[in-house]
Amino acid sequence: MPADVHNSPAGSPADSPGVPAAVAALAALETEPGVAKPDPILVADKVSRTFGGLVAVDVDHFEVQRGTITALIGPNGAGKTTFFNLLTGFDRADSGTRTFNGRSLKRISAAKVARMGMVRTFQLTKVLSKLTVLENMRLGAPKQSGERFWVGPFRFLWDGQEKENTERARELLARFKLDAKESDFAGELSGGQRKLLEMARSLMVEPELVMLDEPMAGVNPALKQSLLDHVRSLRDEGRTVLFVEHDMDMVRDISDWVVVMAQGRIIAEGPPDTVMADRRVIDAYLGAHHDTDITELDEETIASEAEAEIAAERLDEGREQA
Amino acid sequence: MDLLTTPLHDMFGPVTLSYVFLAMGLNIHYGYTGLLNFGQAAFAAVGAYTLAVSVASFDIPFVLAILLGVLAAVLLGLLMGIPTLRLRADYLAIVTIAVAESCRLIFSTQWKSHFHARDGVRGFVGGFRDLNPLPDYEGRVLSYNRNDLWVMIVGWALVALVCLLVWLLMRSPWGRVLKGIREDENAVRSLGKNVYSYKMQALVFGGVIGAFGGFIGALGNASVVPDDYNTDVTFVALTMLILGGAARVMSPVVGAMLFWGLFSFMGVLLDDVMSSNQITMIRWILVGVALMLLMIFRPQGIFGDKKELALDAR
Ligand SMILES: Nc1ncnc2c1ncn2[C@@H]1O[C@H](COP(=O)(O)OP(=O)(O)OP(=O)(O)O)[C@@H](O)[C@H]1O
Ligand SMILES: [Mg+2]
Repeated sequence: MPADVHNSPAGSPADSPGVPAAVAALAALETEPGVAKPDPILVADKVSRTFGGLVAVDVDHFEVQRGTITALIGPNGAGKTTFFNLLTGFDRADSGTRTFNGRSLKRISAAKVARMGMVRTFQLTKVLSKLTVLENMRLGAPKQSGERFWVGPFRFLWDGQEKENTERARELLARFKLDAKESDFAGELSGGQRKLLEMARSLMVEPELVMLDEPMAGVNPALKQSLLDHVRSLRDEGRTVLFVEHDMDMVRDISDWVVVMAQGRIIAEGPPDTVMADRRVIDAYLGAHHDTDITELDEETIASEAEAEIAAERLDEGREQA
Repeated sequence: MDLLTTPLHDMFGPVTLSYVFLAMGLNIHYGYTGLLNFGQAAFAAVGAYTLAVSVASFDIPFVLAILLGVLAAVLLGLLMGIPTLRLRADYLAIVTIAVAESCRLIFSTQWKSHFHARDGVRGFVGGFRDLNPLPDYEGRVLSYNRNDLWVMIVGWALVALVCLLVWLLMRSPWGRVLKGIREDENAVRSLGKNVYSYKMQALVFGGVIGAFGGFIGALGNASVVPDDYNTDVTFVALTMLILGGAARVMSPVVGAMLFWGLFSFMGVLLDDVMSSNQITMIRWILVGVALMLLMIFRPQGIFGDKKELALDAR
């Protein structure tokens, strides 16, 4: 449980106050793909997966530092979701090994992986439509004695636990601004609300490592801010967060470490600022103007730059032909 | 007068009862867990044959024979579930249909000294009837002989018991997991639940309830014949369930009673004008028409919630 992975903010005197030791330890690392972390919670080695002829994932080495927020970014189709599936046991890799907390995940079912403390959400949300929001949440609670067939009929045997779970569910729902919806069917929620519900539900499992696949997609700006705080608070509770996201503001804002995937491989990793300045990352994913706001003026300059480039290329081609 | 009393008589009779159990089992499978079991007849057949053969061929006491029947249904559930429940939902549907037909063929062609082929097994109801404290019943409206009455009293008491058990289970965390699996099994898996095990429990539990349908049918007829377990038995039970509205505790009960009531009503109504062959055909045609009307005007069934149904479209 997260209790024993608590990071004291203390660290060495040189550390700035409030930075957890686990995060501070990242600063000393090389920024090369597959770099080893001082205290990895999750390690994947030589994990690959092909669909027919397409190599969707081919990761040489990947580690997640315990107690940090790690972002996994990359262009559409880079293999991020597939990698999530492989890590959590929802899909089987063609080859490779994975360990979580030092334990091998070989042949371990997705459900067992979740019980071990590694819980994921889905890019395409999976809420249980015909269960109420509150029931969705309660389902997430671990080790429920009432989930056994012989115990189920006898309410007094699971009543107490159910009350505790309900209380915890309500707290989480309140944090995610879903408390007014608790008795609605989950199928009645909007797309963004479903994202929130799924994230809240995954926290009911009390995971050590939370894996979020595009948690911010479709969530409104005001709520995004509070979600960011919430993700940070997960880290402060001692949990580890690994998330996929295309919202670069969020990535820059909360991640301690960024891993970039393209065409199934990890092409770069490092602290957010370093990675976003990396030439390969800009070429493969961000684009040259990722950190400027696109105003009309900018658009003009971009357009003229592009024209200039095209012209230059034509010139090159012309020379080659000649 | 017959036009009303005969259907009323049939609505509570042993045949309806046995369908109530089949439909209650299917409600666990399909209504709550989303498992497509098209071989519910096999559970009834295996239960009935185990009971009948245990008593008739091996002189096993009645109560023990019932327990053996339950055990046989559990084994059948495991047999169907182990190879299919990890696969996509359609595989279970195919396998269950195949298993049901295989069972029927085995009972009608193998071990003739015990199963007696198409003649079926007889001479096993003594132990049950000996327990009967009732006289024949001659009411002003309905009459039942004491054997039927005994089956009915025991049967309906069991129905009440099963309904209570299902209600208790479905409001429990166990039932919540099943409903979760029905909606999206990967979501449930991601929360750390062993989906395979829950599906197996649901399949076996619903199957055992189905086996009780087999017991009741066998005791009501005082015989067990392979043709009583055709595939259409399963589909009739499914129709009853959908008529009542899936995933409601009482819907299989009311669905089955209504179905047999209407079925029997049509039989009496057409009795003077047609031969019995024609009646059978016309009845099935009308069942089809009624089912279509139901799907068009009340797709959620009698007890279902229209709101829930609308969620599927989102
Ligand atoms: N089940 C599948 N069968 C065949 N190809 C697949 C399957 N799942 C993924 N792929 C392919 O693998 C590649 C990686 O897909 P993946 O969903 O992992 O991308 P992603 O990085 O999550 O992209 P996005 O940012 O758009 O979510 C894609 O080219 C996709 O077409
Ligand atoms: Mg994806």
